[in-house]
Amino acid sequence: MLLRKKHRLSLFAAAFASWLSINSAYVSAEDRVFDVVAPFEIGGLDPAISGFIFQRMQITETLLEADEKGQPIPALAEKWSVSDDGKRWTLTIRQGVKFHDGSDLTAAAAAHSLNVSRSSAGMLRNAKIESISAQGNDVVITLAEPFKPLTALLAHSSTNILAPAAYDADDKVQKIIGTGPYQVTLLEPPQRLAAQRFDGYWGEKPSIEKTTYLGAGRGETRSLMAESGGAELVFQLDPPSIARLKRAKDVNVLIGAVPRVVMLAANAGSGATAPVEVRKALSLAIQREGIAAAVLRAPGTGATQMFAENVAAWHDPSLPALAYDPQASRELLRAQGWIPGADGIVEKDGERLRLKLITYSDRPELPLIATALQAQLREVGVEVEVAVENASAIPAAHNDGTLQLALYGRNYALVPDPLVTLLADFGNGGAEWGPLGWNNPQFGETMTALLAADDPAEQQRLRNKIVALVQEDLPLIPIAWYRQSIAVSNKVEGAAIDPFERTFGLSTMRWAE
Amino acid sequence: MIRLLGFRLLQAVMVAILIGALTFLLMSLLPGDAAYRIAAGRYGYDMVNSAAAEAVRAELALDQPVMWRFVAWIGDLLTLDLGNSLVTGRPVIDMVAHELGSSVRLAVGAVLLSFLIGPPLGIIAGLRPGGWLDRLLLLISTATRAIPHFVLGIILVLIFAVSLALLPSAGHGSFAHTILPTVTLALGLAAVSSRVARDATVAVASSAYFAFGRLKGLSAFKVFMRHGLRNIGVPVVTYLGVQLVYLIEGVVVVETLFAWPGIGHGLVHAIVQRDVPMVQGAALAMGLMFVLLNTCVDLANHLIDPRRRDA
Repeated sequence: MLLRKKHRLSLFAAAFASWLSINSAYVSAEDRVFDVVAPFEIGGLDPAISGFIFQRMQITETLLEADEKGQPIPALAEKWSVSDDGKRWTLTIRQGVKFHDGSDLTAAAAAHSLNVSRSSAGMLRNAKIESISAQGNDVVITLAEPFKPLTALLAHSSTNILAPAAYDADDKVQKIIGTGPYQVTLLEPPQRLAAQRFDGYWGEKPSIEKTTYLGAGRGETRSLMAESGGAELVFQLDPPSIARLKRAKDVNVLIGAVPRVVMLAANAGSGATAPVEVRKALSLAIQREGIAAAVLRAPGTGATQMFAENVAAWHDPSLPALAYDPQASRELLRAQGWIPGADGIVEKDGERLRLKLITYSDRPELPLIATALQAQLREVGVEVEVAVENASAIPAAHNDGTLQLALYGRNYALVPDPLVTLLADFGNGGAEWGPLGWNNPQFGETMTALLAADDPAEQQRLRNKIVALVQEDLPLIPIAWYRQSIAVSNKVEGAAIDPFERTFGLSTMRWAE
Repeated sequence: MIRLLGFRLLQAVMVAILIGALTFLLMSLLPGDAAYRIAAGRYGYDMVNSAAAEAVRAELALDQPVMWRFVAWIGDLLTLDLGNSLVTGRPVIDMVAHELGSSVRLAVGAVLLSFLIGPPLGIIAGLRPGGWLDRLLLLISTATRAIPHFVLGIILVLIFAVSLALLPSAGHGSFAHTILPTVTLALGLAAVSSRVARDATVAVASSAYFAFGRLKGLSAFKVFMRHGLRNIGVPVVTYLGVQLVYLIEGVVVVETLFAWPGIGHGLVHAIVQRDVPMVQGAALAMGLMFVLLNTCVDLANHLIDPRRRDA
């Protein structure tokens, strides 16, 4: 009897031991691996879905790149030219570039990747492309209408160039075979990938040999990983953790301005916010610096106009700043017939000024900002109902016209030239992440003129005019400018924040000696 | 035994059909436009717009009647085809297999570890009820069970990863990565199983047959090994079945905190993104795992308790 019990105990011990060994089989000699942690999960292999992760990990590349000012520079295309009518673009493919499977980059391979990208929800949809073809060593793109910012589209991650062997017969991506300085060694969607230096890389070989990527959605998880040395680079820190990480001795926190702006969209076509005076009243009631300091923990990032100084081309220092003046706000509302009721909420014709504000929690600071706005607008008698929903609720509400207020963080550097995003958001009376029901003919004319302009001084004048028109009509009310934050282990040197969020900068970093 | 397995098999089939129908129904009742949700899941908040949503709607034929899509799903299920994820386009079966494998590794480790911690401590405490160990254990187990997994996990990370720098704080891929999430889950399980073992021990130790064993001259150790352990084992193992619910709930939270690619984490994401086939696949896998584990509990009781074999 006793023996049988011993037998059972040893069975249990064996079960535990085998569990240990199953798990320890995963142990490998992983010293000197550069671990990157970011909030994004690897949704799929299609460049339109998770191409930005492969691009930031420098596994895939695009035909063109951007310099620190967002100007196009050669990458997989050595040079480019455009015909006089602006409709025919010719890009010469760099010679001697190898894909990670050893095959050569050809114009045909590049054209194939671009054609696949064009048929999915990628950025190329912004240009009216008629055809993309390979002619000898060139990729030729024919447009129905001239589109100057095409170079910016060709730097977007949805136009990553993959080897022909990466696609199956239906042009679905099956493997990530790129041209970058790193090649994939392990791919475990949705959270993990590993890569190592690609010895056949055409450019300068990186110093760091091995790297991994981990998608960790929770800000706490990422901060703890940074603090414990579990990752060499942690991308996007939640504001409360930044102060703590700054005190940690083995970690450096880098903070840099990025062209992402917290915007409050107000329905300019119908409802209470249709008159510009009401939108101005809302804007005057918002204490931006308070939100920047208390919620974002980044004093000085309250928006005084649409773009910060870091987006030099779109920042006009002479433009009068967006002000905070609750008294003026109340007067504007009163002039519109909104009279404070018994509980302080303004009323007109017996109806209270009650607005629904939609926001989403993918960016954790947005619901916090929303509640701060709710409190600040309450001060001038505007009742706001905050609805934290899925990010797609905003385009959906925009589309069916029910949107009243929406709060979001808009990245105006989806491609290196903000004009592309502005054009998509503000063009044709406004799109999902732009104004709703706003119609200012001057704005449309200025945009068209800017697209056609070649003289830098004229371009600058037109950009200033565009920014001033937004400031005047406030179809979107700028709230705060974003700063990107990363935590980097002091075991590595050379880390920097890419303002266009295109790379984690692996290839320019090295292990500290 | 065969009746038991037959019953569980029937239960598994019922679970599969019910889960499939319920998830489908609930997912189609959720407010909001699925095409927009799926587009947001695919392309992220920066890139989701109406054009993307309409493209998704056309590609996935979301306009078809709900009933028709449900019948198609049942048909596919009969051929063991769970379909493709609406967001990633990959086969659901591959994604679920990857995620379920990770979750099972975590859950099995947690159960085994909790057996090493909980029952031995409970039995020792139960042999001296009211002693200092008993009282201390009551305090610790109550506190541990009362703390949410999320907080417990963060406390462990702060101690073992941040302060002592002994273990990685999150991530997966090596044995060291499994320790903290496993311990987080195991402590919660052990907190309860130690109490169950303690109470069972007190009951057994004060029973007539236990006293008789001593009376007939067996040593304290022998009477415990022969007459105590087996009787204590039944409630402990049975209660494990109840705790599986706790385990599944814990897996969701612990996986998210520790960036562990498990089924709970996958299920939450799939629901947010309206990825119906993935929700069905994940819920199905979890439901069937529940049936399987309960079957294991039954079998274990069958082995421990000979009285049931005659029944």
